[in-house]
Amino acid sequence: MFGAGGGTSSYREAEETDVIFLWGANARENHPIFFHHVLKGVHRGAKLYVMDPRRTSSAQWADEWLGLNVGSDIALANAMAREIIHAGLANEAFIRRSTTGFDAYAKAVERYTLAYAEQETGVPADVIQRAAHTYARADRAMICWTLGITEHHNAVDNVLSLINLALLTGHVGRYGSGVNPLRGQNNVQGGGDMGAIPNRLVGFQDWTKDSAIRQKFEKAWGVTLKPTYGKNLTDMFEAMEHGELKAVYAIGENPAQSEADQGRAERLLAGLDHLVVQDIFLTRTGEFAHVVLPATSSWCEAEGTVTNSERRVQRLRKALEPPGDARDDMWIICQLAKRLGHDWGSPSAEDVWNEVRSLAPIFAGMSYARLEREGGLQWPCYDENHPGELFLHSRLWKDPPEGMLAPFSVTEHDPPLERPDDEYPFQLTTGRRLDSYNTGVQTGGYTSPLRRGETLDMSPEDAERLSLVEGDPVRITSRRGSVVAPVRIDKSLRSGLVFMTLHFQDQVKTNILTVDYTDPKSGTAEFKACAVRVEPIRAGTRAERVAALRDPDTSA
Amino acid sequence: MDLHLLDAEPTVEERAAVDAFLGAPASGWEGGERRARDAHTAAGGHAARGRRHLLLPAFHAVQSRVGWISEGALNYIAERLTVPPAEAYGVATFYALLSTVPRPRRVLHVCDDIACRCKGAAELCAELERTVGPAYHHGPEGDHHAIPEDGAVWLRSPCLGLCDQAPAALATVAGEAPVERLFGNVTTSQAAQVLSGNLTPSEAPHPRLPQAGDPSLRLLRRVDSIDPESLDSYRANGGYQALRRAFELGPEGVIREVSDAKLMGRGGAAFPTGRKWDAVGRQPVRPHYLICNADESEPGTFKDRVLMEGDPYSLVEAMTIAAYATGCEQGFIYLRGEYPLAHERLQRAIDTARARGLLGRDISGQPFHFDIEIRKGGGAYICGEETAIFNSIEGFRGEPRNKPPFPVQAGVFGKPTVINNVETLVNVLEILRIGGPAYAAIGTESSTGPRLFCLSGHVVRPGVYEVPFGATLRQLIDMAGGVPAGRSIQAILLGGAAGGFVRPDELDIPLTFEGARAAGTTLGSGVIMVFDDTVDMVDILLRIAAFFRDESCGQCVPCRVGTVRQEEALHRIHAGRSQGGVPGEVALLEEIGLAMKDASICGLGQTAYAAVESAVKRLHLFNGASGR
Repeated sequence: MFGAGGGTSSYREAEETDVIFLWGANARENHPIFFHHVLKGVHRGAKLYVMDPRRTSSAQWADEWLGLNVGSDIALANAMAREIIHAGLANEAFIRRSTTGFDAYAKAVERYTLAYAEQETGVPADVIQRAAHTYARADRAMICWTLGITEHHNAVDNVLSLINLALLTGHVGRYGSGVNPLRGQNNVQGGGDMGAIPNRLVGFQDWTKDSAIRQKFEKAWGVTLKPTYGKNLTDMFEAMEHGELKAVYAIGENPAQSEADQGRAERLLAGLDHLVVQDIFLTRTGEFAHVVLPATSSWCEAEGTVTNSERRVQRLRKALEPPGDARDDMWIICQLAKRLGHDWGSPSAEDVWNEVRSLAPIFAGMSYARLEREGGLQWPCYDENHPGELFLHSRLWKDPPEGMLAPFSVTEHDPPLERPDDEYPFQLTTGRRLDSYNTGVQTGGYTSPLRRGETLDMSPEDAERLSLVEGDPVRITSRRGSVVAPVRIDKSLRSGLVFMTLHFQDQVKTNILTVDYTDPKSGTAEFKACAVRVEPIRAGTRAERVAALRDPDTSA
Repeated sequence: MDLHLLDAEPTVEERAAVDAFLGAPASGWEGGERRARDAHTAAGGHAARGRRHLLLPAFHAVQSRVGWISEGALNYIAERLTVPPAEAYGVATFYALLSTVPRPRRVLHVCDDIACRCKGAAELCAELERTVGPAYHHGPEGDHHAIPEDGAVWLRSPCLGLCDQAPAALATVAGEAPVERLFGNVTTSQAAQVLSGNLTPSEAPHPRLPQAGDPSLRLLRRVDSIDPESLDSYRANGGYQALRRAFELGPEGVIREVSDAKLMGRGGAAFPTGRKWDAVGRQPVRPHYLICNADESEPGTFKDRVLMEGDPYSLVEAMTIAAYATGCEQGFIYLRGEYPLAHERLQRAIDTARARGLLGRDISGQPFHFDIEIRKGGGAYICGEETAIFNSIEGFRGEPRNKPPFPVQAGVFGKPTVINNVETLVNVLEILRIGGPAYAAIGTESSTGPRLFCLSGHVVRPGVYEVPFGATLRQLIDMAGGVPAGRSIQAILLGGAAGGFVRPDELDIPLTFEGARAAGTTLGSGVIMVFDDTVDMVDILLRIAAFFRDESCGQCVPCRVGTVRQEEALHRIHAGRSQGGVPGEVALLEEIGLAMKDASICGLGQTAYAAVESAVKRLHLFNGASGR
């Protein structure tokens, strides 16, 4: 946060904090390792609040569940902020000394009364008030979020509205207090760390704004760097649409199924002049490719490092020889470079890591020997004697604070762009389940006793109204497409809200339904909110209904 | 919580029973109707999980209303209390008094344990089998569907604690106004009438104290002499003087008196009470809890019942003093489920004391708050083990915990806990009445004060007897009138099923802690059960072995397996099918017994071989027998 993309706290702190807000995060299912740390905290006495439209399995552990309307997070956060300010619970000393922009922020949240928030979020005012007071009064409190916050057209504002709460109460930069995006896989954090994002080089360095940084990289790599950011995935699809982008090299990414509005994604990928896909299995995207490069599975067939949600860099070791013609990603890239006229030699994973250390100060102190000896290290770790940082931004508590002051950001409630109406009366929100990852590339290959296949989850009230029983097939239609799935009756949903996953894209292309309104700041699409219509399939016989489920019609 | 609820729904009656106890559900998330507010918020977490201790009482509520706990009822309770149904089922099936298979509303539990066997229980059961039908087998595989819901069944039961009026039975009739009656001197025709619904045994005042009116009595002096339901009667006979004295002494002063008195626990383990109280009193962690262990289930033990039924206020006062001394604000009486009269009288005593300002806030105008809640056990012997009580109260299966941590550090709800037996607590009144040093002068150097003994079996006047420590076994048996004329003593069981047998030539054993220890036996819970020469001792051993097999909680292997193997070996001996001859079986029993003694978590497994061992080594029961 405030410049570097990583959670501020360590797992250990979740075990020793007093209040945990899980906001737009079903960590019980999607971040089970982190949730074990949360549970340790809960069993120690920490209070858990879960903000989620569904009463998820995480929410069932919560002291209070705040079941806000989809996309009303900012209204909720701002109302809590106003309540904290009016109750005199803001940490004024911290605000004065370590932050900027408070006055504008305080003015902006003034209109977010509890009554207004109740109207916009659906959460009763007394519950909002209690959550606000609990958070503000806590000695230690942390906010954790994931895709429920970021898969919206205003993702960045959503995040900022939560960070505002931490700044308002001083719940950042101290042990047990922090703001943490949870990472859904073992190396999501590492991808950003290594610069696999369009606006930062390795170690979150912005070469466009700081010429010293640019010169450092240009010198090390012997190239000239253009002083402009690259394109994020959404921009790339835009560029494909406009015919600017004609060739794509996709490494470990399955956009044909993970992008919102899947029909469009497939059409654009199919229209490319050249598509190279490098992955461990032949994905749906791979089926569109001109060249497929079989890669190794990084957790067991390759050497390297990963970074987890607490910024801990850990060693990965090769345990197996890859099957068939599968090759290490690094080898493939070096060979590609060689054939394009750049001989990078055949560096080992440690050689590459040492180059990372030489160019990115936050990793400088992390030698392989230390990573091995100390069981991983948390960045920043500036030199061989630096122990790594348990939590970030303790600098804000120095007097005077060191470095840049933390800015408040004015954010305004901006509900989802596609809202239910007479024609599409249901709000569809999408998510994930315990035993599957995303589009199922990594998880579809093994069986799970929990896996039920794709369903449309629906409240008992709606099911009754539509005369549906568990397992009945229904057609789900949005403005972009239509799919068929069986109904699953789920008490965790309220009337008007339905839920699907994207785990079984080969059977039910959920992302045909979703909308690709994206956040201009992050490029993330609004997977969490679109409007759909649900129609029972009233085939005469049961056999016909089963047939409908087996052979889902997927075109609108 | 990760609750995976079942689809089963409770019946209207089951829902009413649960709601009558827990109150109506606060939201749709707790099993009520889904309301508008439920769409956007739910409370749970610590508050919901903190209600788990209501699980066993909730089960009792359904059991006593409906007669058994259906899947729907279990599911509803699980939802109301945020307990996973699988765990709730584990708890429900732990207790013999709860049934998770259909059971009619009217049930007669007939004691066929060792004391009642001396008084015709086996014949009573045989008669019932002949006239009424076989005892109800309440396993899930049992033929229970054949029994109409409005019918009645009888069950065999372990010791019901009415050994002085053997044979005993417990009648339970589920319904809106449930009836529970423990009654003695049961005849076949009485039992049959109860089963047919023609007779509800009247709740006769149980205590029939052989020593009633004896002015030398200290612990029992009010039993059978005062109105046990009247606080005024209690006060007119010295009641609440000890509490007054306690307030004069202050908490440390009370503990000093108890320590000076050298009071040792009367539950069986004989731990110094003063040390226990001192250890809890010093714990900085709050709150502290007080538990009275009234789960008197050791076969042949009924002294606590007599105290609770005959002088309930004395226990309430004694607990109040213990709480004052050790800094507890909440007390529990963990009362065995088979004592309905004790339950009723204690509840009345608690309610009356509370109404008169002797419980609750600012007791007697002192800045001291304390209250008592009765927790009814479910028919599990193991729940007399102190850490098993903690689990039972908290809503878990009543399985003992490993020690350490000891209860004084982390007992019920993980907090420092004083846990004392009923008799131990009642002794505190006497200590404060006469002073610690004077109390210590009673009895012997190492066994101070008065002691209660439960005489049963073949004696002329069975009952609870109070003597100063130091009396011999012979003196006690003589007080009870000896064996009936024309008979002779074959063996005496000391200390209950977990105790041991002694021979008729050992009657001069002094009944003190040190005397019993020197003689290689134990006083245990004060059981003296006399067997005359007509008794088949192997049959008695078999009943004891079956008791332990049935009551083993199954948590640790030595006990779970050992108690079964022990019973099997005894059956083989009894049936004349010994493997390797009787000496071989005896050697096997010894080996099993040692494994249980050395490796079991708790006292149940550690003492499950004790009676058998004493029968082998003291009674020489299997000497010379070459396999019958």
